[in-house]
This record gives sequence, structure tokens and C-alpha cells, in this order.
Amino acid sequence: MSAELQTNESSKAAGFKLATVFDFLKNNVREYGMLVALVVIVLYFQFETSGVLLQPTNITNVILQNSYIVVMALGMLLVIVAGHIDLSIGSVAAFVGAVAGYMMVKNDYPVIISIAACIAIGAAIGAFQGYWVAFRKIPAFIVTLAGMLIFRGLTLVLLGGSSLGPFPESFSNISRGFISGNDAKSGFMSNPLGGADAKLHLMTLIIGLAFAAIIVYLDIVGRKNSRAFNFPVISTPLFIIKNAAVVAIIMAFCYILASYKGLPNVLLVLIPLIVLYIFVTKKTVIGRRIYALGGNEKAAKLSGVPTDRLTFYTFVNMGVLAAIGGMIFTGRLNSATPKAGDGFELDAIAAVFIGGASASGGIGTIFGVVIGALVMGVLNNGMSIAGVSVDWQQVVKGAVLLIAVYFDVSSKNKA
Amino acid sequence: MSDLLLEMRGITKTFPGVKALNDVNLQVRQAEIHALVGENGAGKSTLMKVLSGVYPHGSYTGEIIFEGQECRFNDISASEKLGIVIIHQELALIPFLSIAENIFLGHETASRGVINWNAAIAKSQALLKKVGLSESPNTLITDIGVGKQQLVEIAKALAKEVKLLILDEPTASLNESDSQALLELLLQFKQQGISSILISHKLNEVSKVADAITVLRDGATIETLDCHKETISEDRIIRGMVGRDLSHRFPPREATIGETLFEVRNWNVYHPLHAERKVVDNVNFNVRKGEIVGIAGLMGSGRTELAMSIFGHAYGKHISGHVYKNGHEIDVRTIQKAIRNGIAYVTEDRKNYGLVLIDGIKNNISLANLPAIANKSVLNEPKELRITNQYRDDLGIRSSSVLQKTVNLSGGNQQKVVLSKWLFANPDILILDEPTRGIDVGAKYEIYTIINKLAQAGKAVIIISSELPEILGMCDRIYVMNEGQLVGEMPAADASQEKIMKCIMQQEVNQP
Repeated sequence: MSAELQTNESSKAAGFKLATVFDFLKNNVREYGMLVALVVIVLYFQFETSGVLLQPTNITNVILQNSYIVVMALGMLLVIVAGHIDLSIGSVAAFVGAVAGYMMVKNDYPVIISIAACIAIGAAIGAFQGYWVAFRKIPAFIVTLAGMLIFRGLTLVLLGGSSLGPFPESFSNISRGFISGNDAKSGFMSNPLGGADAKLHLMTLIIGLAFAAIIVYLDIVGRKNSRAFNFPVISTPLFIIKNAAVVAIIMAFCYILASYKGLPNVLLVLIPLIVLYIFVTKKTVIGRRIYALGGNEKAAKLSGVPTDRLTFYTFVNMGVLAAIGGMIFTGRLNSATPKAGDGFELDAIAAVFIGGASASGGIGTIFGVVIGALVMGVLNNGMSIAGVSVDWQQVVKGAVLLIAVYFDVSSKNKA
Repeated sequence: MSDLLLEMRGITKTFPGVKALNDVNLQVRQAEIHALVGENGAGKSTLMKVLSGVYPHGSYTGEIIFEGQECRFNDISASEKLGIVIIHQELALIPFLSIAENIFLGHETASRGVINWNAAIAKSQALLKKVGLSESPNTLITDIGVGKQQLVEIAKALAKEVKLLILDEPTASLNESDSQALLELLLQFKQQGISSILISHKLNEVSKVADAITVLRDGATIETLDCHKETISEDRIIRGMVGRDLSHRFPPREATIGETLFEVRNWNVYHPLHAERKVVDNVNFNVRKGEIVGIAGLMGSGRTELAMSIFGHAYGKHISGHVYKNGHEIDVRTIQKAIRNGIAYVTEDRKNYGLVLIDGIKNNISLANLPAIANKSVLNEPKELRITNQYRDDLGIRSSSVLQKTVNLSGGNQQKVVLSKWLFANPDILILDEPTRGIDVGAKYEIYTIINKLAQAGKAVIIISSELPEILGMCDRIYVMNEGQLVGEMPAADASQEKIMKCIMQQEVNQP
């Protein structure tokens, strides 16, 4: 006990007075480990593809290619934190895409109504699966395996084996378009850093700046709170360096986007969703309860947490996000196809685990999930550009998943 | 002393912070039924685990001499090879395998990995005959009752050519006739030269069949009684089991007891799986404001089941009865409703039912009352930190900060976190189930002090404990529970360990 107290004292002192960069990295190795890995992967492929990876066109591509996986991984995180799994989301996404095609392409329903209907269908599918898991105590693996078959089958039934498309532009633009509009001409200014032809999309930069300001503001408030309770905080210079780095990364990212076609529309869906789920997982009663449920269901239940209802809601939420993901994917292809969404569940699950979630529930962050999805996305993209064949890409991605989780497990055992 | 089968000499076994066994000696003769008695936590099971090799040689000090040879067992199979077989309280049978498959599990009659089923069936038929069980060897374990399962366990032991059979509470879950049959069987084995060590709380059984009785208390051998030299009465055994002084183990308290705050009437609970088994049988009790009431009883007497069924029907099926608070009936059908009505239940199993071990102290303390630190479902973390820090200081939870994970805390500090959680929920009625289990003496005292403060604050406190001194030292009034019924009620001033034990034992004898 006394040793425990001593280390406590010393770490407190370190937090207040001599928080070195080394200490900072050591204490946050788990949180930032994957971020470091992501940077390494990006740099490697930047070098390997002779700079193609970070070109504006390609960055935009990476975002468009992975947006729907990130959306679904957000829901998957909650499901996995609650101690379950969802194998059906690929099929659900395909089914929702088919419904969208049936409504908008075949029957010319208005886009808004169709989107609302698709989200409702996603929620209903989630409720259906959640019912069996939460109230009938069928293992989620089995329920969603059944769902995977059922909704793949229904997709085929609905589409009759052929594809439906093209979609109304206002729908497909959600996943294909940019805030600069269809012609990608309006709202640009000349790029002071580039040549005569170089243009920058102004609104993209403004949005980026506002976003960075919000993040810095929140970090300052959080630090103030920690100080008020005598928790170790990083030293002021380090704090400034950290925030400067965050701002720099956001602005660099926006600059790259602005110098191509500007902010893709899909980011206007994705970023708010990510922020919303960070908020839900960290700051709300329901988020806290989901973590407690996954950490120890029996203890949570005996503490008055409505565990069954909560499990049910995580699946409803997953259904909604699978529907949104399905619509984004369908819009991007501009057609609803029977094979859509094949393997999405595995990509989403991989993103969640690479992001540091525990397979036994109770642990995992939205931040980690986004990083995990980006790791997979950059690997896909980088290897494709570098000319690695699809078969070997699979091998590499599998190996990365295994190594990432091993790294996480072993660092937890040491802690 | 050449007829000694087993001698355990100076066995000492320590767990971190606790001396579970202190210089224990045990001698078992050939063809003898040797009873091992003592309170819960006296060290009986630990001693048997040392003997059977669950705790391997080197993890304890002292020596084990079996048939004249010193033995150093590294695991259970080593002791089984010599013919020492232990049958645990919770039977170790695989429910969806047949009797024959279970009997030979682990030492199948096989050549080169291929099982000879004919030989196995024939052998198990012979074994079943020996234990007096007339069931086909192909019957699945799940299809036979607990009594018969017990016999299968014994047949399994016989298949290993047992010389010393250890039975841990073998009759705890058996009815009278099954228990009788089992004891007959032990006597038969004795005729055939097989010795048994019988661990039992049912002292009437013990005095009926045992040749010798060894009494353990607080991890030490108190005495070994020879049943052939003198007749040993149950009172004589009880005296050996409980005789210890109670000075200064409990903080002083001045009770100010008000009117009845909490009352339970005609409470009945059935087992969640075996619908015909009544676990709590027509229980009536009440607790006053500022009063600490104890519920004493043996393990498996239905105390935890009673508490959990009251706490939002967290245990059991077909629950009937009424719960009153301040004279008004309250609804306790869900845990949320029970909490809202001011009931808190501090579990006996804090690691599995009390704490989210991977979470920090802060998250655990606030879990049962999150709305209180939230504004429209958004958590107010500064408020949460302030409150949980307050509990950490008030209860003396020794930790680096409220963010420290509870898995890394000592048992006493974990228990304080669980208590904090329920204090924050601000209940009027606190049910504490084994509040000091597995906690060292110093931390126990701190927990007792907290409990006293709660009573002083006018709450109704119920303590469930298997440690009679704790019940006697802490409570104002004591209920005795046995086999799902409350079989006695006494003010603490009139109570003694002997009286409580007698209350329990008498009822055992009176059972038809």
C-alpha cells in the first residue's frame, strides 16, 4: 500500500512540475499508440507511392472510400463495448441500399422521404435483432449471423438479381459531391502558396478553422477541470505544443482538401456523427451505462442499470448507422447492387479492434475507432497505389489486425 | 500408531494478508470416518485443498504422510493416483454426458485413444451397483436428481480405486432419505477398508457416523475428539467450534432505535431453474429506524436469495409477498424500482456482482445514481469528481486517485467503493450481504464503523453474515435462517453463538 501511495505521489509531482515529453508519451502510449502507427503507415506509403498518397485527389478518395465504414464502425463500437457483436451490417447496408433504389429509382419517391424511410427500416432491423439478443438472450453472434443471411436474401429478392440506378443527383451527391457544388468552381480563391492556376476553397478553410477552434477550446476547459481536482495535467508548454499540433494537422488536412474540390459533402455527415458519438460515449448517462454494462453486466444490473433495454438500444442504433452507411455506399456507387456491403461487417469490426476495443466488452473509444478505420483505409489505398495485388492486400490487413490487437493486449497486461 | 492412513503435520498456508491455516494437524486411521467441523472460514476446505494437491507442494509448509510415505502433490491427479479423492460441494459432473462417460472422464477405458464402450459400460454397471444406484449407465446426468448425482460422484471415486474419500458437505443439498443412504454407504465403505473425511455442518449426522471428529477454528486445530472413548454431544462439538472472545473487534455504538421502517411479510421465493424448489419459505421480518438487524444462518440457508429477491426480484421466480416502508407497501419488482424506493443491496460477491473491475473508482461510485450527477442526461463530470473524491476521503479508500481502476484495489478498499456507491444512492434501507468477507481485521473495523454511522443516521440496516461473532458484535436484533425459513429471532443481548447454532441444529433434527 505504501509503495502504491509513493508512486502516486511521484506521478502527481511529475504531472504538475516536470511533465516531460517522455512521461507524456509513456502515460499515453495506449491512447496514442495507434495514432503513431497511423502516422508511420502514412509516411511509409507516402514514400512508397512517391508522394501520391497525400495528394489532394487521393486524400479525397480515401475519405470517400472509407466514410461508410467509419459510420458503421461507430455503431459497432457501442455494440462491442456492450459485449456483443453484429455480423449483419453488411447485409443490412445492402438491403437498405436496395430499398433506397426501389423507392427512388423505381418508384420516384422524393429523396427526403426515402432517406427517412431507409433510416426507419434500419432502426426496425436493429430493433428486430436487438429483441432476440436483449430480451430472448440469444447470443448476438447467432442472431446477427441469421440477420446476415436474411437481409442478404431479402436484398436479392428486392433487386431480383439486377442493379438499380442511377439515383437522383441530390441523393448521390451526399456521398459523391462537394460543398463547392457540382461544377466545383464557385467559392474558390487564388492560392497564395501555389502557382497562378492554384485555387483554394474558402469555405473549407473557414470550417476547418472553426472546428480547430472548438477542439482547442474544449481541451482548455477540460484541462481547467482537471486542475481544479488536482489531477495530473501536462505542463503548459507541452499543452501548447499539443494543441498547436492538433490545429496544424486539421488545417493541413483542410488545406489539402481546399486545393482540390473542397470539403466532400460526406464529411458533413461524418464529422458531426463522430462528434456526436464522442459526446454520447464520454458525457452522457446512457454512454456511461453502456460501458458499465460491457464491463460487468451483473454488477451493472444490480446497480439499477436497465441492461436489457440498453442492449436493445445499442442494436437499434447499430441498425440506424448501418442504414446510413448503406445509403452512403449506394450513393457513391450510384446504384443499388445485390453484392453491395459484402464484408463491411468485418471491416467495421476490424476498425473497432484496431482502435483498442476489448473483445470482452467495456473498453473502447470513438477516437480509437476512427484511427482504426483510417489505418485500414490508408493500407487499402496505399497498397492499391503501390500496386500490391488484392490477394496480398488481404494478407497484410489480416496481419495488421492481429499485430494491433496483440500490441493492445500485451500493453494492457503490463499495465 | 501403525494403523494411520494419513497424517498431516504442521500445515500452514497463507494467502496474501491472511493466514488461512496455522500449524494444523490431522490424523486419519485406516477404515475410519473422520469428521472435520468448524465454522465457515475456519479453514476446512483450504486444508482439504492442500491434501488433494489443489494447492501444490511448496505453496504451504508442513508435511503430508500417506500410508507411511511423505507426499508432495503437485496437482490433483498426483493425489488421485495414491487413492485420495475429493468430492466437492458443487458437483463436478458434465450434465450432458452419460453416467458412464462421467465416471470414466479423464481415465477412459481406452486403448490408443479409442474407447472400449462395452468395457466401460460393464465396469460402470458394477460400480453403480456398489453405490446402490439403479440407473442405466447411459442415462444423462442432467436427467437424474442431485442425490443420485452425488452417488455417481462416489462411483467415479471408486473407479479411481479410492483409499481415502473426502466429502465436502455431501448432504447439504440432499433430502433426508438421500442423506441417510449416503451415510449408510460411507459405513459400508468403512467395512471394506476405505476411510472417509466428512466435512459437514449437520452435526447430528456427524455424531451419528463419525469415529473421530477434528474441530478447526480460525485456521487452527482446536481438538480431535474420539467418538469411541466417549459419547460426543452436539453441544460439545459446538463449544469447540465457536469458543473465542469478542473483545475490541467491534467499534462501540449507541443505538437510537425508532419505529419500524421496513417490513417484509409472507415472502416466498422459488428457485429460478427448479420451479418446485422453494428457496425462501414464508419469511416475515422487520427493521426499525436506526436499527442493525442480523440474519444468521449457514451457507445455502437462503439468506442471499432472500435479500436479492427483495432487491428488485434480482433472484428467483414466482416471488410472492409484501414489502412495506414506513407502513406503506412498496413495489420492488425491478431493481430500478427497489432503488427508487430506497433499498440498497451490497452483494456478498463484490468482484462479480459489485464492481465493474475494469473501471475506476469514480465510475463505480456514481453508477447506481448517475442521474444525480447529470443534467438532462448529460454528465456533469466536475460534480462527479467532487462527490466521488468526497467519498474517497470520508471512507478512507486508499488509492492513487478516484481514477484508479478498482481491480487494483485491496479487498477492503474494494468493499469501501461498493459501500460508497450505495451511500451515494442515498438509501433508507441497506442490506449488507457478508460485508466483511475476505477482508483483513483492520479494514473490517473501518467497515463496521461506517455501518454504525449509517444506523446512527437513521437508516435501517440488515447484515447477512456467516460469521457469528460479527452478527453478535454488530447487531441489535438477530434473525436465524435455515432451509429458507426464519427459525428464530432474538435480541442481541440474549443471543450467543451456542444459542444461534442450536437454533439451526434443532431445526435440522426436527426435519422429517
